[in-house]
Amino acid sequence: MSDIATMTDANLAFVQRAPIAPMRPPLTEAGAIGWLRKNLFSSLFNVVLTLLCALLVVWIVPPMVKFLIVDAVWDGATRIDCLPSPQRPEVGACWAFVIERLGFFTYGFYPFEERWRVDLFFALLAVGIVWLAWLNAPARGLAAINFFVVVPILSYILLLGWPAIGLPRVETTQWGGVLVTIVVAWVGIVVSLPLGILLALGRRSRLPAVRLFSVIFIEFVRGVPLITVLFMASVMLPLFVPDTWSPDKLLRALVGVALFASAYMAEVVRAGLQAMPKGQYEAAMAVGLSYWQMMRLIILPQALKITIPNIVNSYVALFKDTTLVFIVGIFDFLRAIEAARIDPQWATPVTSTTGYAFAAIFYFICCYAMSRYARYVEARLAAGDRR
Amino acid sequence: MEQATHSGLKPAPLNTAVAVEMIGVHKWYGDFHVLRDINLHVTKGERIVICGPSGSGKSTLIRCINRLEEHQQGRIVVDGVELTNDVKKIDEIRRDVGMVFQHFNLFPHLTVLENLTLAPIWVRKQPRKAAEEIAMHYLQRVKIPEQAAKFPGQLSGGQQQRVAIARALCMNPKIMLFDEPTSALDPEMVKEVLDTMVELAKDGMTMLVVTHEMGFARQVANRVVFMDEGQIVEMAAPEEFFASPKHERTKLFLSQILR
Repeated sequence: MSDIATMTDANLAFVQRAPIAPMRPPLTEAGAIGWLRKNLFSSLFNVVLTLLCALLVVWIVPPMVKFLIVDAVWDGATRIDCLPSPQRPEVGACWAFVIERLGFFTYGFYPFEERWRVDLFFALLAVGIVWLAWLNAPARGLAAINFFVVVPILSYILLLGWPAIGLPRVETTQWGGVLVTIVVAWVGIVVSLPLGILLALGRRSRLPAVRLFSVIFIEFVRGVPLITVLFMASVMLPLFVPDTWSPDKLLRALVGVALFASAYMAEVVRAGLQAMPKGQYEAAMAVGLSYWQMMRLIILPQALKITIPNIVNSYVALFKDTTLVFIVGIFDFLRAIEAARIDPQWATPVTSTTGYAFAAIFYFICCYAMSRYARYVEARLAAGDRR
Repeated sequence: MEQATHSGLKPAPLNTAVAVEMIGVHKWYGDFHVLRDINLHVTKGERIVICGPSGSGKSTLIRCINRLEEHQQGRIVVDGVELTNDVKKIDEIRRDVGMVFQHFNLFPHLTVLENLTLAPIWVRKQPRKAAEEIAMHYLQRVKIPEQAAKFPGQLSGGQQQRVAIARALCMNPKIMLFDEPTSALDPEMVKEVLDTMVELAKDGMTMLVVTHEMGFARQVANRVVFMDEGQIVEMAAPEEFFASPKHERTKLFLSQILR
């Protein structure tokens, strides 16, 4: 015993006399070499993966660039310009076709002299989106009112027309192309978030009737494919309501898409609500907030924040799902390309490929923009937490 | 061992204005009988410390007072208002009863100042400016006015708990409930929170405190309540409670925690 005690005293007692200054990390850990070693060649498996990916890039990218850019036909007025000829044995993408048909892709059959209204609508929407999406923008409260109230009303008047103020009526059957795609996606996005939140709250409600309704709605809509919802909206709904009252075809599809998106959004939001610690609910109740105050001020701001990636995921999916409306005879962007690519006026071996490539680029840009925006918001909010 | 008890603290008030009255309260979680025939009478200005082993129902007891938990039998009257399923009455009681939680439960997406002004603005309908002035006053009292613009995540545990106390005080409550306010704190930070609570006691606040801080109980409490298995086993003034506990279970408990 006494031996141990002595030893402890003599050898293990320690007092730090001078602070240890921080040192630079070893070279293998920092700089370009360190990065490569750590991220690309850290193990045999990763070396193989890196090489395979490099091969894949080499295999895909050059032919793509060759077809889309190098061999592409940029100007030309007819199909002849996009046909292989002795001067041009290899023909790439026929962008001349896309450029010539751009108006059709954008506006569908919207009357030529009224197209400025669609342009104005795009501009209004763009301003509304940027104002709302830019987190440092001035008067963001107004931006929300603008986006959710002013822009929809103006757009409705602008696109559909109001003869009393000199805007001739343009039936929705004449709408088409990007216009329809944007309208369907936008209505789906704007309606699905608030409706989805209400349904999510309803599903967690303590009132049995509210809960039952929410559960039935969500499960029923989620249980059928979007195409079925669209068919029901466009084919079955007219059977139940009188002919004179039968709503517009596009409107029916819009309602179908919006309800469908809401059911999915409800589950996304519910996941966020579920993730909130119980203490937040209790603290909010303990200071005397009412249910709606608690939800609006405490729970939803936090729950939606952690749900942003999933919300955007739903939006991206919704944006692409809008292509399904062509099944019920609505002339969206993809349908416009379909129609144009089989037009004999532009019949060339590359017309279809070019049309689809254009569609792919369009959808990619829209969806990628959404996901980048989500990343930006996430980063901003994360910074807010650290601040 | 005996501290300078009740220094600066008023003795338990003699008037009989009732703050909290619990009569024959029972509560079950499913089949589990958590609260068994609780009878507790708290007069205004009284400071009660509730202790007992974990799972004895002490947290559940004080959470019944502001209806975070619902009791199934018996009556609970808070400041003259009986707790029923009437939402208006529950809201009325919650406005007048402040609560401090073990895990602080500050709102992490709001600044400290916003945490404090939220309820006064939305529940009491105070103008923002007045609410902020009151909030700064209470932040001064808990000695962290310089943290007003920060977010809760940037504060230490002790600071967060003091903000939580200030948040409750901003509603100008008549009764304060503390649910193990120091249990989640690092040892170095316990004192700053307890000091704040002692200050509060000196101002005559009615307090019900669930805690294992026996020093605090000696110094501040008018009565100590010991609970076990959902029942109140023993209830006495702190001098008597610590010096000569009557019940075997109390003696065992005290011998465990006062080594």
